[in-house]
Amino acid sequence: MTTAPKPTTAPKQMHLAAHFPGVNSTTVWADPRSDSQIDFSSFEHLARTAERGLFDFFFLAEGLRLREHNGLIHDLDVVGRPESLTVLSALAAVTDRLGLAATVNATFNEPFELARRLATLDHLSAGRAGWNVVTSSDAFTGENFRRGGYLDRARRYTRAAEFVATARELWDSWTPDGTPRRFVHHGEHFRVEGEFTVPRPPQGHPVVIQAGDSPEGREFAASAADVIFTRHGTLEAGRAFCADVKGRLAKYGREPDALKIMPGVGFVLGDTDAEAREKASLIRLQQVSPQNAMLALEQVWGRDLSSYDPDGPLPESDPVPDSELAQGRVRHGDPLAVAARWRALSREKGLSVRQTVIEATARQSFVGSARTVAAELAEFVAAGAADGFVLVPHLTPGGLDDFVDEVVPLLQERGVFRSAYHGSTLRSHLGLAEPVWKG
Amino acid sequence: MPPIRPLHLAAEIGGPPLYDPGHYTALARLAEGGALDFVTLGDSFARPGPDALAVLSRVAPATRRIGLVPTVTTTHTEPFHVSSAVATLDWVSRGRAGWQVDVSTTGAEARLFGRRPAAPAAELWREAGEVADAGARLWDSWEDDAEIRDTATGRFVDRAKLHYVDFEGATFSVRGPAIVPRPPQGRPVVVVDGTAEPARQTAARHADVVLVRATTPERTASIRSDVRRRAEAHGRDPDTLRVLAALTVDLGDAESAPEPGLAPMSGPPLAAHGTYYRGGPVDLAELISRWHRAGAVDGFHLTPITPERDLERIVNGTVALLQHRSLFRTFHPGGTLREHLGLARPACRYTEGAVLQGDLA
Repeated sequence: MTTAPKPTTAPKQMHLAAHFPGVNSTTVWADPRSDSQIDFSSFEHLARTAERGLFDFFFLAEGLRLREHNGLIHDLDVVGRPESLTVLSALAAVTDRLGLAATVNATFNEPFELARRLATLDHLSAGRAGWNVVTSSDAFTGENFRRGGYLDRARRYTRAAEFVATARELWDSWTPDGTPRRFVHHGEHFRVEGEFTVPRPPQGHPVVIQAGDSPEGREFAASAADVIFTRHGTLEAGRAFCADVKGRLAKYGREPDALKIMPGVGFVLGDTDAEAREKASLIRLQQVSPQNAMLALEQVWGRDLSSYDPDGPLPESDPVPDSELAQGRVRHGDPLAVAARWRALSREKGLSVRQTVIEATARQSFVGSARTVAAELAEFVAAGAADGFVLVPHLTPGGLDDFVDEVVPLLQERGVFRSAYHGSTLRSHLGLAEPVWKG
Repeated sequence: MPPIRPLHLAAEIGGPPLYDPGHYTALARLAEGGALDFVTLGDSFARPGPDALAVLSRVAPATRRIGLVPTVTTTHTEPFHVSSAVATLDWVSRGRAGWQVDVSTTGAEARLFGRRPAAPAAELWREAGEVADAGARLWDSWEDDAEIRDTATGRFVDRAKLHYVDFEGATFSVRGPAIVPRPPQGRPVVVVDGTAEPARQTAARHADVVLVRATTPERTASIRSDVRRRAEAHGRDPDTLRVLAALTVDLGDAESAPEPGLAPMSGPPLAAHGTYYRGGPVDLAELISRWHRAGAVDGFHLTPITPERDLERIVNGTVALLQHRSLFRTFHPGGTLREHLGLARPACRYTEGAVLQGDLA
């Protein structure tokens, strides 16, 4: 055991969650160790690994329409996944403590049905349900739904806020001793009344997670979320983000600790730091194949660039604004600004198209020996740049194995991560109070 | 006299609303021990109870063979979400999922959503048929071998094997393809209660299993013939339908003889929520074998009035006796619900050269 001196105050505790590596180019599907992203055994493996590592929760993303590129279904990345709440209900049978969080769109659902499904999951898992609220302004995705689905940016956030508020009214409509009472909600987006059909969930309310980084998203999170799933690059950016979002809580009467900030991060482990760095660059080459690099370029430039060479320079011409070349994909910023940034990066370092994409699209990753990674993760949390992390492995389903075997014990040794689950609900893992019943 | 077909048995495991998964798992395991084809879990937005599909997903990893058939309604739900959820139940259960299609007819249910007023049953069942149709097309929208993982070209899927369904219904449209790859059974088993007229047409056109509530074997046989005729008119092979008589079963007083007038020989009365049978497990076995031998039905869907008590008596009394007389199998010979029911795995309609049935094409 270590002989490090006892700290005078207990170090801040880290929260950890596992993202199932499903649909995207993060997943290195060409790796021989990569298995099915659909079979239940994959979900079971990753969830059991996360629970073995005492993680707070297991996290599933959502897809509601297959992405397209240039009018054709995008065929290079892992695609196809089962529906989240159904998978999580099944995982409740093979785990005991792990939180189970699903991404579910507030634009293409209705409060009564979704509140009921989430309350059901909370009952079936004895208080382990989480809901990552996302919204869509995307008519492309809307083509799969009754409403057809276009909402402008502002409306989709007001709908989401009212959606969450309505769900909470429904969860509170039974008294804590189990008596259903009639509810009436007449709002701008929803007009629902009647009797909710599931008793108050074991956690009071399932944990609400919010994803995204826009000003509207930050405000919505500050007012209504328990956890933010975000992405930010550096320790400095993380500190700025945390300070901004936590600074918004007071006006909603909330304490800074009532909202946990958990960036999604990658990691690559090696026996030595040098070996891990070598591995990490190989992984990036697998993730950004020449075909994927050209695709990423076309997504920013908004037009067909098939005559360009992935090992050659970036196009001199400017992107087409408001292009619909890439559909069903989250856009990261104004294409003109992104192109300018990519060009500067390419010029400064003398990078080809593929090399530029590799550098420009990397998410925050912790790369090194287990000891280095544990130290850096702990530093992020100690510095106030995050409350914890949603780990995004690059292999399905074994991508978390080495982290749990090698890094978690070191975090425990440092005293920054639990050595046993103390409670049984997701709220208790996250250190969040049970919401007061507003009868 | 037509040849006697294999007998199929199913049981409902709902009852008073309970939220403890252990309760449902225990009942499903009990039914599995009796080698029943499937269990159903009824659902509606109108009365207290958990989401049935989620409950049976929770049950899936705790069982191995038994089919799992939740009710999922089509009136206030999104067809795309419904098809994804049912396909996912098939994935998590490794090919044991079904879907009992139902509609929401009341104003009270409509007010829980505030999206559309209540509508007549005939209109809602037409829509339910469209939802079932769109669902099946979405399940087919990934050909079985669409995922190729071709490292030479860098392609994960073969986009020629992914299909837009472009479904245009009266109240909704879906572009597709599905997000969930084609489920293990190709298409999960669709169950419809076809007793009432508005639902019967939807059942004949889209269901694999049709439930019938009738008081006599003659009446049941006549509905069965009608459903088979209508299925044929839609270009389907009627032998791909399984018609099960639905009985509400009260075995609470197992020792006594059936009450006068309720004796199985004369047939049970039709109760508000299904045909009511009250008597002992042995008499129930007699009724089942008599109706089945007469060719009136392909099997039975039994709703125990008190699940914990009556399902145990069904399995250890009625089913054991049927097994003893070699009228019912003692184990599940296959792994999927379709295999239990003797139904072939459907070919994907979009696959070139697939043999398609009538207007399902």
